[in-house]
Order: sequence, then C-alpha cells, then structure tokens
Amino acid sequence: MIQLDCVTKSFGTTRALDGLSLAVRPGEIFGLLGPNGAGKTTTIRLLNGLFPPDSGSLSVFGMDPQKQGSEIRARAGILTETPALYERLSAEENLLFFGNICGISQQKLVQCVFEVLDLFGLEARAKERLAGFSKGMKQRVALARALLHDPELLFLDEPTSSLDPESALQVNDLIRTISRDGGRTIFLCTHNLLEAQRLCDRVAVLDAGKILASGTPAELAAALFPGVRVEIDMEAPAPVNLAEKLAVCQGLRSIQWEGGTALMDLADHADIPGMVATLVSAGARITRVEPRPVSLEEIYFQLRKNHGGHT
Amino acid sequence: MRSRVLKAIIKKDLLEVSRNRTAWVPVVIIPLVFFVFLPALFLLLPRLSFFQSTTMPTNLDPGQVLSVLPEEVKARFAGLSVDQLIPFAILGYFFAPMFLVMPLMVSSIVAAESFAGEKERKTLEGLLYSPTTDAELFTGKALAALLPAVGFSLLSFVLYTVVINTLGYPIMGRIWFPLPGWWPLIFWITPAVAFLGVLVTVLVSARVATFMEAYQSGGMLVLLVLGLVVGQATGIIYLGVLSGMVIGTILWLVDWLLLRFCLRLFSRKVLIGKV
Ligand SMILES: Nc1ncnc2c1ncn2[C@@H]1O[C@H](COP(=O)(O)OP(=O)(O)OP(=O)(O)O)[C@@H](O)[C@H]1O
Ligand SMILES: [Mg+2]
Repeated sequence: MIQLDCVTKSFGTTRALDGLSLAVRPGEIFGLLGPNGAGKTTTIRLLNGLFPPDSGSLSVFGMDPQKQGSEIRARAGILTETPALYERLSAEENLLFFGNICGISQQKLVQCVFEVLDLFGLEARAKERLAGFSKGMKQRVALARALLHDPELLFLDEPTSSLDPESALQVNDLIRTISRDGGRTIFLCTHNLLEAQRLCDRVAVLDAGKILASGTPAELAAALFPGVRVEIDMEAPAPVNLAEKLAVCQGLRSIQWEGGTALMDLADHADIPGMVATLVSAGARITRVEPRPVSLEEIYFQLRKNHGGHT
Repeated sequence: MRSRVLKAIIKKDLLEVSRNRTAWVPVVIIPLVFFVFLPALFLLLPRLSFFQSTTMPTNLDPGQVLSVLPEEVKARFAGLSVDQLIPFAILGYFFAPMFLVMPLMVSSIVAAESFAGEKERKTLEGLLYSPTTDAELFTGKALAALLPAVGFSLLSFVLYTVVINTLGYPIMGRIWFPLPGWWPLIFWITPAVAFLGVLVTVLVSARVATFMEAYQSGGMLVLLVLGLVVGQATGIIYLGVLSGMVIGTILWLVDWLLLRFCLRLFSRKVLIGKV
C-alpha cells in the first residue's frame, strides 16, 4: 500500500528525513510515532506528492507520488494537523466544495455529504458557519472531509492533539469505526502513545528522521523487554530478607518496588509459579499476581534511551 | 483542466469574499460614487441657476479650451458649444482612465482574499492535498478574481452610460455616449487591467502574510491609473480606438510575462513551504 525506501529530505540545513524506510500493508492501522520535529508531517507530504524527496524511492498504491500525485490524492483522504477548513463557510458548504474538487459525481455528492454529516453527528449544525464551532467539532468536520470521497487510504496527522480527553476518545472511536467499516488502511501520525496503543496494529518509532524500530507493539516489547513482567501485590510489612531469598529464584532478572507492589522481570512465563512459591515460603502474604503487558510508552522511552535520545 | 473543479473553486472563493464586508463594501461604493453620483452632480449642478450665472464662462472660446489637445482630438470636439464641450471632454475623456480603478480594485481584492487570505487563514493546505492539479488551482482562483472584476466593470459602464445619457440629454440633445474610444477601453484594456491586478496580487501574496498587506500592496497599481489620468488630462494620451488597442496590447504583454512568474510561484512545492 505504502512503501518508502531510504528516503531523505532536507530543508536547508535541517535534515527532516534521514534514510527512512517503511512499508504499510493494506487494511492495517499503521502508527508513525515520534516527538515534535521527528519528520511525521514531512513523510505525509512526501507520500501525497506535495514535494519530491531528495533521494530514495517511495510509492503509494504502487504509484510514484511525484508523477501521479493527483491520482494518489484522489484515492487517499487526509486529516491535516490544523483542520484547514473555511471558517466563513458552513460545514455543509465546506464539504460540498471539497466533494466537488475531489470529483465526486454531482448526483452522489449530496448523498455523500449527508452520510458523513450523519456519521459524525453534525447534521443539526450543518448549515452553521464553522467559525462558531468548537475545536472538537471542527476536527469532526475535518474527518468528515477526509472520508467524503470514500478513500481506501487515510492519512491522519495528530488527529487528537488539540482535543480534550473526551473529544479525543470520541475521535479515536470514530477512527476505529472508519478502519473497520470498509477495510480502509490508516496511516496515523501521533506523539500520543496511549492513542497509538489503542488504535494501531503496527507502529514505527521515528526520531530525527530515522526509524528506531517497527513492528506490532508485542513484537517491539518482546525485542526490547524479553521475558515477562509481573506485578505482585502483598500485604505490609514485607518479610525481612526477601531480596536475599529471591536471589536464588530461577529466572528472576530484576525487581522494582512501587509501594506495596513488586514489579518483577522474569525470563519466562514458566518461572512465575516457582517465584510465587519462593515468596510464599518466605512468609509474604500475596493478594494479587498479574503479568503486565509492556506499554508502548515503555517501549518508546526504552528505544529512545537505547539510541541516545533524550527522554 | 476540469470545468467542475474550476467552478467549485470560483464559487467557494466568491462565497468567502462575499462574507468579508471590508472586502466587498468598496466594490459597491466606488462605482456608485464615481460612475453615478459624480457624473450626476456634474451634469445637474450647472443647471441650477445660481451656479450657472456665477461659474459658467459662457463667452469662452471653445478653441481656447481645447488648445492643449492634439489636432486630431480637436476634430472630435468640432461643432460643440461650450456648454456641451465641458461634459463631453470631462465625462467622455477625462473620466475614462478612472474607469480602470474598477477592474483593478475588484480583481486585487478578490485575489488578495483568495491567495494571501487562504495563506493567512491556513486553509491552503487543504487545497494542496486535494486531487486537483496546480494549474487547476491557479486557474480557478485567477478566474474567481477576473470574472467579477470584468463583470462589475461592465455593470459600472452600463450604469455610467445610462446616467450620463439621461441626465446629459438636456445639454447634449442626443445620445452621445459611449464614444468610440470606450469600446477598446471596456473590452480590451479592462480585462487586461483586471488580469494585471490578479497577477500582481498573486506575486505580492507570495511574499506577505495577510490579506490586508496583499490588498494594500496591490493597491499600488492605482498609480498606474493615476498615470493614465494625468496622461489623458495633459493630452499626452488620447483615448481613441487605436491608442486604446495599443495600450491594451502592451498590458496583455505585461500580463503574459507576469503570468510566467506566477505559475512558477504557484506550485505545491513552493506553496507547501508557506502553510
Ligand atoms: N517547509 C519547511 N521548511 C523548513 N523546515 C521544515 C519544513 N517542514 C519541516 N521542516 C523541518 O523538518 C523537521 C521535521 O518536521 P515535521 O513537520 O515533519 O515534524 P513532525 O514530526 O510533523 O513534528 P510535529 O509533531 O511538531 O508536527 C523539523 O525540524 C522542521 O523544522
Ligand atoms: Mg507534524
């Protein structure tokens, strides 16, 4: 669906993309994670043929964005960082305009506009000028515009960065709906790790124009944090000499305390029963044992630490 | 180039301008003042008796008044009385270059809104990501400024023609307007000037950040009109069919040169650096 090979792009002396390679498969939600200035927006612009790369090759739908930019843009939808909508026009007028320049046939257009307005819960205020809309509503209009021509591929550039938590959740739900219905491919840029965790099938972590790692969150976790992490709650006070007794325990790599909770990194799932038995025989009164999945946040910060990035 | 895309862009740009009062109020006021109110005043005032007795130099020799004009121009005035001569010269000739304020103003207002304004309001990016070509975007936006500029000019011309023929009838005794020189002015120079207004505003818009800046810098073109007014008044330029065609052709050539610059500036590659 999307393929980038060794793409570089500089603006003056700033190297925005530095040998970027990645591939996005049809139907997946792909997350490009990175801090401010990592090159996320630049990547989207390149893929839409807004400017050429300095070197490397890229393709979208198997087409070269520089040569067939308008074909690509006709089949892809985009939600830009700022909504880029006309505030003096109503939601409906905005959508009709974009529908017309996207080449939706005249007969279908009114129906399409009606459908997206309905999907995003905007019918009631469709005829009001956008100037009076809240940020969350504008974002929904912008999403409606991105979907208007029923694109196979959707670029979302920080879809929730300016929204409050509730609107952000709503938008996330909408994104999930959009990806499920119609099997669209979604290319999501974000620095919101929780959002990526919730939505993405696969992610790539981008920093200073380079990919630090890519794969499913589980793959990344396995590569960075081999083994399992277990949370164990126990009643206070913890038995004395616990650390000494645990030292002989098989498979235990590290232990951290967060109040009454021990965070243990073990080599394997099979090491859990032995470790619990050791704790019990040491006199610990255990109330909860739970393997904890590694969060994308931990992965992200670990990656950046490994590559000498500042956290 | 798809006409539906162009139509949509034109419609959208005009809808936006129409909702910015500071932009369109002058478009309505200026023609009313210059092409209805002033000529009406000019034709009606002398007929008020006190005015007639004090200011009208009835014993003036028409030849003296016309002495500044070239010979071939004088011929046009032959056979007119002094009463007729003054409205004829002022409304038929001196007013002509002023007329170009219309296409210039309308085209630079709309172009400033649609080129600099989109940049200012950060809406350009949405257009750049649309499946339009650079040429379609430019053409749509240029037409959005050109069409109303030419349209309003024609409308003003019609108004002007009606006003000065009706109110001037008691003095002139016939339908005397438009004079032949006005045909190239309206149908050849006016569109060229409107286009010039668009192109200069596009070039200015590439450098400035806001609609107002673009509009004001575009307004510098009014100097061009002033030049023509002065030229006309001092008899250097005489508005006839031939001179009209020549001036128009020169303007179109200038337009053609500027267009090539504009097209180079108005590409996604250049524009995206500015959103
Ligand atoms: N048009 C431009 N001119 C000059 N520098 C640019 C331009 N566009 C991007 N850059 C630079 O390229 C780098 C990457 O920018 P980009 O906008 O792609 O980052 P981003 O990952 O989208 O960041 P953010 O999270 O802040 O949106 C930055 O250092 C930025 O300053
Ligand atoms: Mg960005």
